[in-house]
Order: sequence, then structure tokens, then C-alpha cells
Amino acid sequence: MLSYILRRVFQSVIVLLVVGLVAFSMFRFVGDPIDNMLGQERTQADIDRLRSDLGLDQPFVVQYAKFLRGAVQGNFGVSYRQGRPVSTIIAERAPATLELAAVSGFLAITLGIGLGVFTAIRRQGFAANAIMTVSLIGVSLPTFLIGILLIYIFSVELDLLPSFGRGETVRIGGWSTGFLTASGLKALILPAITLGLYQMTLIMRLVRSEMLEVLRADYVRFARARGLSDRVVNFRHALKNTLVPVITVTGLQLGSIIAFAIITETVFQWPGVGLLFINAIQFVDIPVMAAYLMLISVMFVSINLIVDLLYYAIDPRLRIDGRTT
Amino acid sequence: MSDVTEKPASDVAQPSRLAQMWDSDFAYAFRHSPVAIVALLVVLVLFLAALFAPWIAPHNPFDPATLNLMNGFTPPGQPNAFTQDTFLLGTDDQGRDVFSTILYGMRISLFVGISAVLLAMVIGVVLGLVAAYVGGWVETLIMRVADVQLTFPAILVAMLIFGIAKGITPPEYRNQMAIWVLIVAIALSDWVQFARVVRGAALVEKNKEYVQAARLIGRGPLPIMFRHILPNVLSPVLVISTISLALAIIAEATLSFLGVGAPPTQPSLGTLIRIGQGFLFSGEWWILFFPAITLLALALSVNLLGDWLRDALNPKLR
Repeated sequence: MLSYILRRVFQSVIVLLVVGLVAFSMFRFVGDPIDNMLGQERTQADIDRLRSDLGLDQPFVVQYAKFLRGAVQGNFGVSYRQGRPVSTIIAERAPATLELAAVSGFLAITLGIGLGVFTAIRRQGFAANAIMTVSLIGVSLPTFLIGILLIYIFSVELDLLPSFGRGETVRIGGWSTGFLTASGLKALILPAITLGLYQMTLIMRLVRSEMLEVLRADYVRFARARGLSDRVVNFRHALKNTLVPVITVTGLQLGSIIAFAIITETVFQWPGVGLLFINAIQFVDIPVMAAYLMLISVMFVSINLIVDLLYYAIDPRLRIDGRTT
Repeated sequence: MSDVTEKPASDVAQPSRLAQMWDSDFAYAFRHSPVAIVALLVVLVLFLAALFAPWIAPHNPFDPATLNLMNGFTPPGQPNAFTQDTFLLGTDDQGRDVFSTILYGMRISLFVGISAVLLAMVIGVVLGLVAAYVGGWVETLIMRVADVQLTFPAILVAMLIFGIAKGITPPEYRNQMAIWVLIVAIALSDWVQFARVVRGAALVEKNKEYVQAARLIGRGPLPIMFRHILPNVLSPVLVISTISLALAIIAEATLSFLGVGAPPTQPSLGTLIRIGQGFLFSGEWWILFFPAITLLALALSVNLLGDWLRDALNPKLR
């Protein structure tokens, strides 16, 4: 058990070091920072001084170590485009993305499980079939088209909901929240649906197929024979046993929500980290790109690690053959 | 595959090649799947329209000499208020015929999608075969990289590669290079699927007698990998490339929509949708609607074709 955990943690650290190397190489090889920081009127003495001030004359490995030390402390340098520390910019933008992701994740899980159970129980019903058909379309539509479609229906035609931005936000300490104002909540609806729809369909289809399998199992038929009510059989006996794969997939999808937030944030001009990243790519703002890359890798690697360890804890079969990773 | 749908020539005495294909299980399955037939038809029509765009399109949307700004915002099918010109699907803000821009845009979308899938296929198949045949630390390294990459969403990987490549290329070449960078970015985000499937299939083939026989008569590892094993693992590769094509087309459209893909000088369907989104509120719905519908039809029919192909080539389902 311990050796398995250690090996997985070790692998994760290796992955992060490699990603760090990629991020660092971006600084090193994509454009010369000296060019970016000094103006037209520079002398060779200026260049040499700045080069040694920034430590650019030191060996590659030393610079990499310095970069890693900075990255661990959350120091990624100064944005080329905005001229402010990257960590400050990201800290400003993070609440928007995290609130959006939390609401979409919540929508995806509750609606996904609810509809999944419903379509499994009423397999032949008209409503269940309609939901399944609609979900098929939901999976094939690209995210940005769903967003545009929602904007067209609810902002252009019905004029009910705002099509861009976060509305009014309230600052609590360093965190700006849109949860406390009416306009903030209204602005959240469309982006949250856009972002959560794909994950919702995924969870719904998974829950449905798992439920259909479990409902055929002997213990469920036995529970029915014992005269237990439908509600108890469906939720206490059947749903509980479908949750292991659902938890795994949901965990892995959490990362995807953050990644797909880039698309949703662009469609709705949502001032989050994803929009920041897209703008950074457009303007080749290397420090912001590198910081985002490191942040998202840490997130993905830790989610994967946790899911793997959870799996190990939940599924006893993995303990016999430790090599299965 | 278009040959399959044609009727065999009846005046040929012995069964021709076409007739044999017509009678095969594969063709039979195809003839009895309306979804597959419709999907193939849609794909063929769109594909040919894109291929022959310069001959079909009524205007060349990228030749400024043929554009008339007075034609801007002409609704579909109605004559323009100033010039009395009519356009099948209307015009955009610069007076470009939407029908023509869609044809040319589809060309770029399909070109990027197909090239990216081909590149991903070459990388994935070669690495998968090598991993399976050579084994040892080579296999561990390749598959470990594949596993790690798989934990990141493909679209994010493509964005990062695009961003890095954009930083490396000098600014004056960026627009010209954008299409090629896009192809490489999508290909590198997609090779893992091919490598995993080919490795899995090749591991089974590797221990079969014909491979041992080839080794016994002294053939080298490269001929064995590519002449003997490769032909036997091709059918899953075909299925994956069709499904990958749909994903690549959507990935390209998404990147271009986000403004990190095809440049405005060479608009793909995604770029057109990005442009059209700006006119959503002012009522010029056609600038957005027609490119979006074309993208949907293309991606959906390629996807359905891939699904059908997977079922048809899967012996377990017969």
C-alpha cells in the first residue's frame, strides 16, 4: 500500500517537473526577456547588467532551479502585457472561474444523477426517451455553439438574461463574488449551463447505464420480493452501488470543467482565468501562459492522484496486483 | 468507399471487382443502414463542395476587387436595397457572399482536420508499433508519455502547443504559419488514441505464427513491423481516424472561434462563426447561422459514419 502511494506520488512529481521544464523553456527560448524589458535606447552595458541581475548568465540548471523555487512560491514574474505580477492578476481572476466551475459542477452532478436515475427507471417512457435524444444532440454540439444558441434564445430573442460579463460583484476580502447580487446571479445562469451541459450528459448517461445493469441484479430483485418500496429499492439499494464509477468519472471531469471554462469564458466574456489565458496566447504573454500551465498541471495531476488513490481504497482487487496503475 | 454505392455493371460476365465489393458483408451492412447512407451522402456533398469551391462559389470572397461594400448585410435570397444583387445565403458586413465564404471556409476546416488526423495517425501508428514490438524501456517511456498526455484534455494541449509555437515564430510569419501550427497542434493532441490502439492490437499480433515465421526467415524488425504487423492492425486505425476527424474538425473550429486558430485572412468555419457572433445582436442572423449549421452537419455526419464503421468492423457485433 505504502509503496504504491509513494510510487504514484513520485510519478506525479516527475510529471510536474517535466511540465515545469516546458514552462521554463518557454521563458528561455520564446523571445528574449531583455528585449521585452529594455527600450530602444539601450547600451551593451545595460543589457549585461540586466542579464546578470535577472540571473540569465547562469547555467541552465541553476536557472531552472530558480524558476522552480519561484513557481512553488507562486512567483511567475511580471506579465509582459499588463506590467503587473502574474500572481496578482491570477488571484484577481480566479474567483470568477472558481464560482462558475462550482455552479456548473453542482448542476452537472445533481441534474446528471437525477436524470440518469429517472431515465433508467422509466426506460420506456416518452419523457425518458426524449431526454436521451436531446442528450445525444448535447454531446455532439460543440460547447461554443451551445453558448451562442443560449445567448440567441435568452438574450437576443427573450431578452431575459445578460449575455456577457459577471454583473455586479461584491468584494469580501480578496474574493469578489457574484453570488450576492441579483445581476451577478442572473449573469451566472447561461455560462453555468453552457459549461455544465456536456459533463451533465456524460454523468447522466453513465448513471443510466450503471443503473440499468444494477437493476437487473439479484439483490435488487430480492429487495423487491421483500416488498420494499420502489423509492427504497431504487435509491438505497440500486443507486448506492452505481456510485463508485460515477465518483471516479466525476472526479476526472472536474479538471475538464476548468479546461472547458476557457471556451465558455470566451463566449460570455466572463472575466476569469480562462479568458486571461486565451488573451495571453493571442498576445504571446509568456509569464501568464507559463503560470496557467503550471497551475492547471498541478490541478490535473493532483486530481488524478486523488482519484487513483480513492480507487485503490475502494476497489480491493487493485491491492492484489499492485502493478495495475 | 464511394465505389461501393454504385451499381455494378450488369453486362460484365464474370463478377467484377465492383460486384464482389457490392456482395461483401461490409457493403451489405452499409446498404441496410439508412443512417450511414445519409451520413456518407452529406459528407460526400460537403467534401466535393469544399474541393471544388473555386468553381462552385459565385464569388471569390478573398479577392477585394470583386467585393462591393454596398452589398454589405444583404439578407439571404432578397435583392440588396442599393445594388439589386441577390445572394443565396446573404452577405456579411464587407459584402462578402456568405455561401462562398462557407465553401472556402470548409476547405480550410477540412484541410486542417484531415491533415491533422493523418499526421496524428502516422505518429501514433509508428510509436504504437515500436512500443509493442521493441518493448522494454522504450515501451514504458512511450506509453507513460501517452498516459500523462491523456490526463489533459486534448483541446488544452492543442492550445498550449499553438501558444508556444506562436511565440517561437517571428511575428511577420505568424499568419502564414497559423494553419500549419494548427495542424501540428491538433495532431500532437490526438496521437495518443492511435498509439494505444495500435500497441494493443500489435501486442496480440506479435506472438502469432506468421510473425515468428517472418523472423525465422531472417526479416529485420522494420519490415516485420510495417509489412507484416501493420496491415493486420489497420481496421481499428480506420475507425479511430474517422472518429478523430470529427473531433479534429470540432477542435479546429473551437480554436479558430477562440481566436487562436485560423487567421481572419484565411477564415475556417470556426473563424466565420466568430465573426458572425458579433452580428447576433444587430439582427444579421445569417452571418452566424449558416456557417454554424454547416459545421454541425459536417461534424455530425462524420461522427455518425465513424460510429457505424466501428459497429460494422467489429466482428463481435455480427
